[in-house]
Amino acid sequence: MSIADRVITIIANQAMLELGDITLESTLEGLGVDSLGLVESIFAIEEAFDISVPFNANVPSAGDFDISTVGAIVAGVQRLVAQQS
Amino acid sequence: MKRVVITGAGTINALGQDVPSTLEAMREGRCGIGDLEFRDVERLSIRIGGQVKGYDPEAAFTRQELALYDKFTQFAVIAARQAIAQSGLEFSEELSLRAGVVLGNSGGGMTTLDENYRSVYEDGKNRVHPFVVPKLMNNAAASHVSMAWGLRGPSFTVSTACASSNHAMAQAFQMVHGGLCPVMVTGGSESMLCFGGVKAWEGLRVMSKDACRPFSANRNGMVQGEGAGIFVFEEYEHARARGAEVWAEVIGYAMSSDASDIVMPSKQGAARCISGALRDARLNPEDVGYINAHGTGTAANDKTECAAVADVFGRHADRLMMSSTKSMHGHLIGGTGAVELLACIMAVRDGVIAPTINFQEPDPECALDVVPNEAREADVDVALSNAFAFGGLNAVLALRRAE
Repeated sequence: MSIADRVITIIANQAMLELGDITLESTLEGLGVDSLGLVESIFAIEEAFDISVPFNANVPSAGDFDISTVGAIVAGVQRLVAQQS
Repeated sequence: MKRVVITGAGTINALGQDVPSTLEAMREGRCGIGDLEFRDVERLSIRIGGQVKGYDPEAAFTRQELALYDKFTQFAVIAARQAIAQSGLEFSEELSLRAGVVLGNSGGGMTTLDENYRSVYEDGKNRVHPFVVPKLMNNAAASHVSMAWGLRGPSFTVSTACASSNHAMAQAFQMVHGGLCPVMVTGGSESMLCFGGVKAWEGLRVMSKDACRPFSANRNGMVQGEGAGIFVFEEYEHARARGAEVWAEVIGYAMSSDASDIVMPSKQGAARCISGALRDARLNPEDVGYINAHGTGTAANDKTECAAVADVFGRHADRLMMSSTKSMHGHLIGGTGAVELLACIMAVRDGVIAPTINFQEPDPECALDVVPNEAREADVDVALSNAFAFGGLNAVLALRRAE
C-alpha cells in the first residue's frame, strides 16, 4: 500500500468513514475529526511509519507539519519517511 | 451555618519550601520552572517542569517513613507540619475525634509506580517491595497526615484531576460550615514528575517545551509542577476563642460538571461554576477584586476561561484582575488549587496580586487584566480561585479578607 493509502486508511478509521469518502482535498474538520481525534490520528501515523511528527495541539498550524488537508498530511508523512531513510 | 476561617497554611513547591518563600517568589514574579532532573529524562521530548529542587527527603523523614512515603505523601506531610504548627492548634482528645483530613490528588504515587514497573518489566525482576501498594495509593497522603496528628474524624482523598484540591477544600469547608467538624486539614499534593508521568502527558501534545505563558497570544501549552499546599480550615468561633491568627475567611464555593467532553473545556460549565460560587458566598460580581485563574497556558483553557469570566462579570470583568500563577510554579494537577489558594490569601491579606509571568503578546481572546509580568498592590476584599479539570469537573472557591 502506498503512503497515501495508509494515511487515508488511518484517517478513515478515525473518522469512521469508508475509504471512498476521503479524498486528498478533504479537511479533517470536514470529515468530522475533532482535536482529540487529530491527536489520535497523528499517534497512529507515528506508530505506522515509525516517525516522529512535530505537532503541538495548542498551535496546530505552527511547525512545518501541515494538517490543513489530507493531501498535506500525506505530503508531510512522505517527507518525514524520506528524511528517515 | 458556621463561618469558616483559615488559621494555618503550609507549602512546598518549585517556588519555595514554605509559605513565606513562595509568596515572596510570587511577589517578585520569579519562575520556578526549569530543566527536569530524573532518570531517563533524555528519552522525553518535554524536559521542563516546576520541580522541587534542593530538597532532602532524608532531612525531613526517618528511613522507616521514607519506606512508606512516595513524594506526593512527603510533600503533603511537610506542608501539613507547617500549616498545623502555624495554626497553633493543639489536638486534644475531643478535638482530634472530630478533626479530619480531606486532600486532593490525581496521580497517586507515580514515582513508586514508575520505579516498580521498571523493576519488573525492564529489569525482569519478579519481586517488589512489600509497601508498593500502601505507598502508591491515592489516599496515602491523607492517611499519613491523619496518623501523624491522630486526627480521627472524616478523612479521604478527592480525585478530580486538575480540580482535585478545590473539590477537596470545598468538602472540608462544607464539613466545618455545616458544624460536623470544628477543624479540617485540607488542600492537596501531587508529584507526577517522573519519566512515566511526563511521558503520559507528552502523548496528549498539550505540553510546552519552553515556558508556560498563560493568556499570551504565543502560548504553546502547559508545564507541569509538583508539590503540596495544606491549610487548616477552622470554625470561626473556635478560632476566635483561642485567639488564633486568621489568614482569610472561606465564604463559599461551587462545583459544576460540563457533561460534554473528556478534555475540551466548556465556557458554560466554567461560567455556571463561577456564578454558583458568587451566589453561594452571597456576592455581587463587583465585590470580586481578584481571580486566581485556572490559566493553564493551553490554547483551549485560556480563551474559554476568559470568555466565561466575561460572561459572568459583564462590565466588571474589565475592572477585576485575573492572573495565573501556573506561569511560575507550573501545573500541580491534583495539588494545583491548593498552592494557588496562597495567591488568593496574599491578595486579600497582604494586598499583593501575583502576576502572570512570561506574558509577551496580548491575545484578543483573553482581553482581561491578567496582571502581566509584575505583581501589583491592590486593595482586594474578595478573591476567587478557579479550577476546571479534564473530564469537565469544575470547582471555584471564594475567599474574603479576615475581619
